[in-house]
Formats: sequence, structure tokens, C-alpha cells
Amino acid sequence: MSLAQKYSQEIQAIFAKYPPEQKRSAIMSLLYLAQREEGYISQEAMKEIADMLEISVTEVAGVAGFYTLFHRQKEGKYRIQVCTDLPCALRGADSFLQELAQALGVRPGETTPDGRFTLEEVMCVGACHRAPVFQVQHGDTITFHENMSLEEALAVLKKLE
Amino acid sequence: MSQYLLLRHREIPEISRLEVYRQHGGFEAFQKAVTTMTPDQVTEVVKASGLRGRGGAGFPTGLKWSFMDRKSWPHYVVANADESEPGTFKDREIMEGNPFQFLEGVAIASYAVGAQRAYIYIRGEYQHIARWLDEKIAEMEAAGLLGEKLFGTDYSLRIYTHLGAGAYICGEETALLESLEGKRGQPRVRPPFPPTFGLYGKPTVVNNVETLTNVPLIVQNGAEWYRRMGTPDAPGVKIFSLSGRVKRPGNYELPFGLTFRQLIYEYGGGILDDRPIKAIMPAGASSSLLRVDDRVLDTPLDYVALRQFGSDLGSASVIVIDDTVSIDWVIQKTIRFFKHESCGKCTPCREGTYWMKHLIDRIREDGKEEKQVKLLLDVARQIQGKCLCALGEFSTMAVVSGIERFPEDFRETVLEGVPG
Repeated sequence: MSLAQKYSQEIQAIFAKYPPEQKRSAIMSLLYLAQREEGYISQEAMKEIADMLEISVTEVAGVAGFYTLFHRQKEGKYRIQVCTDLPCALRGADSFLQELAQALGVRPGETTPDGRFTLEEVMCVGACHRAPVFQVQHGDTITFHENMSLEEALAVLKKLE
Repeated sequence: MSQYLLLRHREIPEISRLEVYRQHGGFEAFQKAVTTMTPDQVTEVVKASGLRGRGGAGFPTGLKWSFMDRKSWPHYVVANADESEPGTFKDREIMEGNPFQFLEGVAIASYAVGAQRAYIYIRGEYQHIARWLDEKIAEMEAAGLLGEKLFGTDYSLRIYTHLGAGAYICGEETALLESLEGKRGQPRVRPPFPPTFGLYGKPTVVNNVETLTNVPLIVQNGAEWYRRMGTPDAPGVKIFSLSGRVKRPGNYELPFGLTFRQLIYEYGGGILDDRPIKAIMPAGASSSLLRVDDRVLDTPLDYVALRQFGSDLGSASVIVIDDTVSIDWVIQKTIRFFKHESCGKCTPCREGTYWMKHLIDRIREDGKEEKQVKLLLDVARQIQGKCLCALGEFSTMAVVSGIERFPEDFRETVLEGVPG
């Protein structure tokens, strides 16, 4: 089913935010919608967004590829994104990432064999005072988990379906 | 007097509810502005208050508003909620805890520059805040605080949120506008500046969240009241985001003019394990590293004070580094960040951050050869002054200051100084 069929009301609400002659502004919201079910943006979805916005697929791909929260490949169901930037690393984020990687049996960037988790090392997420911190990206949602120990992190992951 | 002007939810936990915000004077300033003041009068009050942009640049807010081109319409206000600097987490707390005061600031700024449409550009990681603000905006619309012909006047206003998707560069105002227009978030060549040519090519004011959150209180209580706090150079209060090797990291809202010693030792509880402090990055990852001594610790902070030490206050995102940490490790972290976040538009930044990353990795893996350290410093200096926007410059700040001010950390030694 196309995005327009699945999310017609949401798409209308997105376009209503911008002046009618500036519908290209809707592109990021539409890309999030396209990512909702599978966690990545398919070629078909990009084609449909390009048609909606009356721009080329290349332009849509250019935007999708520019931003780190948009994904073009199918990966694990949940993306576990650990911040290891300077303030977090000053509070143990590097070793937290390593411990988590070891516990999941993968290296950063890899997906667990059951396809549930992809472990990622990401740039600052705005929670420097509550390191170690990770966010879980799933479909078009993001959830923060702050002040984490390895045990707490594993408990969080266990609760994810 | 209450302790907080901005982080008022710490005293009034329910202030994120519309009726509670209104019980505490909420939206009186907006109503006063729209019903009893001309837009220019509002701008004049903000100018007279001495309020300066809290996003990092410290540009006088009222002056920025007065630059709006009056021959070109419509006008737009864009709130910059793309907070992405490593070490900065203040706008998040404002929007989570005291959302209506921020939204009222957006509304007053919009009235002052004649904008009938305002956007809040929020970083993608703060998705929960975008949803939260959408609810708050809907409540304002239902209460007649946003919409058509407000307070019985001819003034109409709508506010919309726009969610980013993970790009530090979109905090740069022209990159933010490109992103809001649905393009890759790459900076524009300036001039023209946004008050002449901004969103959709129309005059636009871009202000930081914290800046805007000050505005309702300034309009309500007057410029003179605001100037009683802080220093002549920087009136008012600032939220300091304190992180790194301190006992109590977090946001501290304090008047300008306090010292690092007060911030780090009184408020932040001192250094972890009571170690000696070694360095301070006052403006997040894009800071010049300060080598700490008593003079640095006891200087009253405002926008000019740190220049004598070759650094800047910026967004006041204070990252504290103790003596267990080696500076070559610190700059490896900052270089990695800027290399990842370089938008690729201009060559000195795109290629320069790439080469700095290779060099620092080599230096840290293969030993600190003097030749390699010199080469790194040379590459950093060649980036400086040649980039389209500040990101390129930012990528070099810690590198140059780190090598120059902490030479002992770049001599051939055993690798150490990595926090556990």
C-alpha cells in the first residue's frame, strides 16, 4: 500500500503546516512516515514522496542520505544508539559501549543474529549530564534512556518486543 | 524574588499546564504587547534590556529584530531548537519543563517583527519534545492565544514545529533554513543575512530557545529590571550546562558575572574523586581549551571576559576536564565529531576535518611523533578563516588550543589518560 493510502490524514496535516507553494518543506516528515513500519526508507517510498513534492527521486535521496536519523537499509528492529561524544565519554560512555557490545555479542555497527538490535555509536544526543545514555530508534520513534548501567540497559532491551 | 526566570518548573512543577502558567502571569506579556504596544516598542524594550543571543554568538536580540527588511513580506520567526553542541542540554530542559514561556517568547518575537507564521526547528533526537510542544500549541489555539485576530486586534499568528533528523550543522541558521525548506542542511553564502533573505527568501528572525524564553519577562517587567541582573556587557541570566568530570553535572541558571570556581565547585560540587581540574571547554566541543589556573577560575563570566584567555563563552556549555584525562584524547573526540558533522559543502572543512581525523588517529595509535603533531597543527590552521560557516572554524578550536596550551600531552609518552 502506498504512503498516501496508509497515512492520508497525517499527510494532510503535514502539508497544512507549510505555505501551499512550499510543499517541499514536508519532505522530512514524509521520510519519517516512510520509515515508520520497516525502520528504513524504501526506493518505492522515495519515488512516491518525489511525486508528491514534484521533485526528482535524486533530490529526495539527497535529503534522506544527508540526515543520520534516516536510513536506507534494513537493519535490526531496534537501533540502539549510544552517544560516545566527549562529555559522555568523560563519564564512561566508551566503556559502556564496549560492555554493551560484548553483552549483545556484536561490534558497534552490527546487528544481532536474531535481527532485533543494531548497535550504533552516535554523536551527541543532548543528554551529556546523564551519561551513559543511549536512544532507541524504532520505526519513526526515538526513546531516551539515561544514567544507564549495563544491567539497566540490558533490562531495557529485554522489555523491547 | 524567585530563584529562576527560565527554569521556573523547578519551583513550580506544574507550570507546563496552561492554567498554572497563566496563574503565574503567563501570556500577560503577550497580551500587553499585542494590545498596548506597537511592534517597534516591543523591539525597543528588548533592545534596551541588552538581551543577547543565547545560542552562542551573543548577538544583541533587539538589534537583530530591527534589521528585518520592511519592503519584503511576509516575515517569519524561526526558533532554533536544534541544540546539538556536545555539552549543551539547556534548551531541552526549558522546552520540557517550561514550554509555555518559550512559546510566549516565540509569539512576542513574531508580533515584534510582524510575522504571522513561526516555526520551531527541533533536532530529531528531541522527537518527544516536538510532540509535547504540538500539544501545548493546540492548547494555546483552543484558549485563543494563537490563531486569528488575537485579543480582538487584527493580529493573527500560527506556530508550527518542524522536526530535524540528526545534523549538527542545522543549528547554523542558514543551514537550518535550508533544512526547513526541505533541502539538505547546508549553509548559505552570506550576505544576504536572514533578516533580508531568510525562510523561502523572506525576511526571517532566527532566535535560540533560551533567548526567546527571556522575552516575556522583559516585556512584562521592563528593560531596567532585566539590566539589574548580570553584567553591563551581558545583562540577565544564563543557563550554564555543566558536564564532564564534575560531581553534579546539570543545568544551572545563574546571573552573568559568576565565576567558574563558583559554577564548578559550589554548584557542580567539585571534581570527581576530588582530582585537580586541568582544563575547561566553556562553549562545548567547539571551544578553545582553557588551561585552568586561579585567574581563569576567578574571572567573572560574560561574553567578553574569556577573550583575554583566548576562549569564548559561546552557549555556556561548560565541559570540565580533570588531570586524569589527556588532551590528545580530548581532541580526538572533538575532531571525530566535526568530521562526522561536516556538511561537505566547502572544501577546507570537508577535507580538513578528514585529514585531522587521520592525523590524530595516527598520533594516538602510533605514538606522538613531533612531525605528525606539527602537521596536525598546520592542517588545523589552514582550515581557519577559509570556511563558509563557523563549523569549520569550530573543528580547529580545541586542536590548536590543545596543542599550544598542553604541549606536554603531545610529547612521545606512553598512551594514557583515557577515562574509564
